[in-house]
Amino acid sequence: MLRFLARRVALTIPVLMGVATLVFSLIHLIPGDPAQAMLGEAASPQDVAELRTRLGLDRPLLEQYGTFLKDVVRGDLGQSIRTSRPVAAMILERMPATIELAAAAMLVAIVMALPLGIMAAVWRGTALDHGAMTLALLGVSIPNFWLGPLLALIFAVELGWLPVSGRGTLANLVLPALSLGAALSAILARMTRATLLEELREQYVVAARARGASRARALLRHAFRNSLVPIVTLLGLQLGALLTGAVITETIFSWPGIGRLLIQSIGFRDYPLVQGCILLIAVTYVAVNLATDLVYGLIDPRIRYE
Amino acid sequence: MSRVGAVIVAIAVLAAVVGPLLVPFDPAVQELALRLEGPSMVHWFGLDELGRDILARVLAGARISLLVGVVVVSTSGAIGVCLGAVAGYYGGAVDEVISRAIDILMAFPGLLLAIALVAVLGPSLTNVVFALALIGWVGYARLVRGQVLRAREFEFVQAARALGAATPRILVHHIIPTALPAVTVQATLGLGGAILAEAALSFLGLGVQPPTPSWGTMLNGGRLHLLDAPHLTIFPGLAIALLVLGFNFLGDGLRDALDPVTKQETGRA
Repeated sequence: MLRFLARRVALTIPVLMGVATLVFSLIHLIPGDPAQAMLGEAASPQDVAELRTRLGLDRPLLEQYGTFLKDVVRGDLGQSIRTSRPVAAMILERMPATIELAAAAMLVAIVMALPLGIMAAVWRGTALDHGAMTLALLGVSIPNFWLGPLLALIFAVELGWLPVSGRGTLANLVLPALSLGAALSAILARMTRATLLEELREQYVVAARARGASRARALLRHAFRNSLVPIVTLLGLQLGALLTGAVITETIFSWPGIGRLLIQSIGFRDYPLVQGCILLIAVTYVAVNLATDLVYGLIDPRIRYE
Repeated sequence: MSRVGAVIVAIAVLAAVVGPLLVPFDPAVQELALRLEGPSMVHWFGLDELGRDILARVLAGARISLLVGVVVVSTSGAIGVCLGAVAGYYGGAVDEVISRAIDILMAFPGLLLAIALVAVLGPSLTNVVFALALIGWVGYARLVRGQVLRAREFEFVQAARALGAATPRILVHHIIPTALPAVTVQATLGLGGAILAEAALSFLGLGVQPPTPSWGTMLNGGRLHLLDAPHLTIFPGLAIALLVLGFNFLGDGLRDALDPVTKQETGRA
């Protein structure tokens, strides 16, 4: 088990290095002078030169890269151009809101998807199955930047049941979580159906039925429990989609999370803040994938010996 | 379902090609006196915040969406298939380099890298296509690499090698064709994904720039008028959802048709 853990963690290190390198190179992809691009055409040459020095852009590329990596490891993501505040502090302030939204969206997805997937698997080939899977495909196809405003129009504007934007109460969370969780719910329902159908074909389910277990018991106590492993894995892997979706959902509902901070920083050409947000989201994604892999390895011994 | 998908996609392609010729309104012409007017017999989808015909703009937007989808999928598909085939066939250091690049790009969730790239390169349709192609190839490469690893051990491939066939010939004529069904399914689903991604970037103000009509840009503009003119949001959103649904139906149907297990089950059911 320890060898599996060490190997999996060791495989993550070059990926993290690659992620950091890509994020570092972002600022160098800006056409022309990055400092000029950040301050705008009207900025004085002195201001541009000062910013270039402050960001270390006047130093050799390798030296810049080394400093960037060293700072990242120490948790120093630089300073915001617009506010002069540490980027790491600004991101940390916004993190709870994004975690809250992602968790709520995941909960919404689980609550909606599992019953739908189970029903579709149990009544495979019936109108219920086709209806549930069409609904799921619809969920994947509807963009959250359309679903969000539609939900706001119906539940906030027309019915007046929920607030249209902001954060603070549980009511504020409902529409953004529904909007963000819908696509994941659709993917999860399809996955639940597929894995459950696979498990239902296994000999142990047939044996349970032969021993007199009811259809419902064979399904829920035996097949469903075993199909949970790939479902949990999918949830972990889909966190990335949730974090990217959050960029859009937070923008629509004025949710004060990292996604909104990212879009605002792009608008202000605050590239150190853009780099910080991208790096944090990517590193979180890698960490969650690693954790999912490790948990998967813990649950299923076959993975450890592959 | 795949038939429904094919019909939706065919209608969308037809609408994009001949639609703008049939609608008697220019998508760029403004009638400020009639701005935000709702759907009517004259303007079926109503008018936007600058008094432009929404139906004409939705049809013009379809051209952009389909163009982005086709260019992104063909570019990323071609790059991904070539790199995946080379990595899988040669193995060793070549495979290591390509596989690590795939790992690193896959460490970024979906659209995030595209958002980052467009943010630094500047918002434009060209940069959106470039960014989406850059993140899109990895999926094809990983898929093809896996297929090639399996296919290179097939007897007909070994026979071709024994007969002295050159490596490029073996790859192009014998190995890559075995991966094409899976690539076709991925490309069909990828078309929907690319259209959705372009619309998302344009919605965030990072893609197609006004006044060029794009579904994402139209949705972004409609957001400010959600209360007084919801038709600005409803029609472009419906167009995106329908077209993506069409590609998803088609991709799902193709996958089922090409997968012997599912095909057998569907036949039984």
